[in-house]
Amino acid sequence: MIVNFVLQSTFNMKENQDYLNDISEIRSMMERSSRFISLSGLSGVFAGIYALIGAHIANDIMNPVNYDITEKLKTLTTSNLKLLMLDVTIVLVLAIATGIFFTVRRAKKANQKIWDRTVQRLLINLFIPLAAGGLFCLTMIFRGVIGFVAPATLIFYGLALINASRYTVSDIRSLGLAEIALGLIAASFPGYGLIFWAIGFGILHILYGAIMYFKYERISAT
Amino acid sequence: MKNFLDKFNKAFESRIRLGIMSALIVNDYVDFNTLKDLLSATDGNLASHLKTLEKLNFVEMKKEFIGRKPNTQYKATEIGKEAFQGHLNALENLIKNNK
Repeated sequence: MIVNFVLQSTFNMKENQDYLNDISEIRSMMERSSRFISLSGLSGVFAGIYALIGAHIANDIMNPVNYDITEKLKTLTTSNLKLLMLDVTIVLVLAIATGIFFTVRRAKKANQKIWDRTVQRLLINLFIPLAAGGLFCLTMIFRGVIGFVAPATLIFYGLALINASRYTVSDIRSLGLAEIALGLIAASFPGYGLIFWAIGFGILHILYGAIMYFKYERISAT
Repeated sequence: MKNFLDKFNKAFESRIRLGIMSALIVNDYVDFNTLKDLLSATDGNLASHLKTLEKLNFVEMKKEFIGRKPNTQYKATEIGKEAFQGHLNALENLIKNNK
């Protein structure tokens, strides 16, 4: 009886550890096979910083007293418009390049593949709403409805993030919600497009990037 | 104790088979090479575990060609999903009772 009890309890202890290992294995496989988790928070922080600098330069180009992007865009000369386009393009290219750099670095550290199905699905699902939004905004610019460009970019960007969040860290979902909320608020304040852009693409990115960095990367580094 | 073990599915005793099912539960399809990378298994080892799961009707295979390269995709069947869920429940009960 006692022997049986002893046998049983050592058996249980050993097995218990095995089952816990099984469960962590299941969880890790589910996550690794369906989500791209190497996305680096630092990408967000840098994208935000570039966006803030870009917004500041845009502000200087338009040289306004207020942030009335609608009025200013109407009075823009072609050379100014070209400068603005250049500004936006540089910010975008820098943000994407830095994002790729930090994410690749993190994936390498974690010994994870950089170009697999999870990344492809993440990008496809991000770009569907983003492309739709981009085309919609271009149409608005050509039709002269410039006042709604800033809110529309924020809303479509938010939708894109929510769509993509199924394939990466779940924090992206709440960033998406925040962008949509900001876009809707921006829609009721025409003329303040640039300041909403600076908040949405600058401050929110820095905030979320920092949260993600401290939540996932600092812990795994120590 | 005994009745918990009864619900345990022998098919999921292997780490590889457990891993295959975990990946197939959260994805519609997973191809052979992705499974290989995820599990760091060899071709032969993975293939034999997949065959076992196929025989049990837990997974289905679909062969495709991407260009000229054959691409084998795997999918969990309803039977497989139920069996895996049952196994998870058994694991959960066991740990709760052993605490």
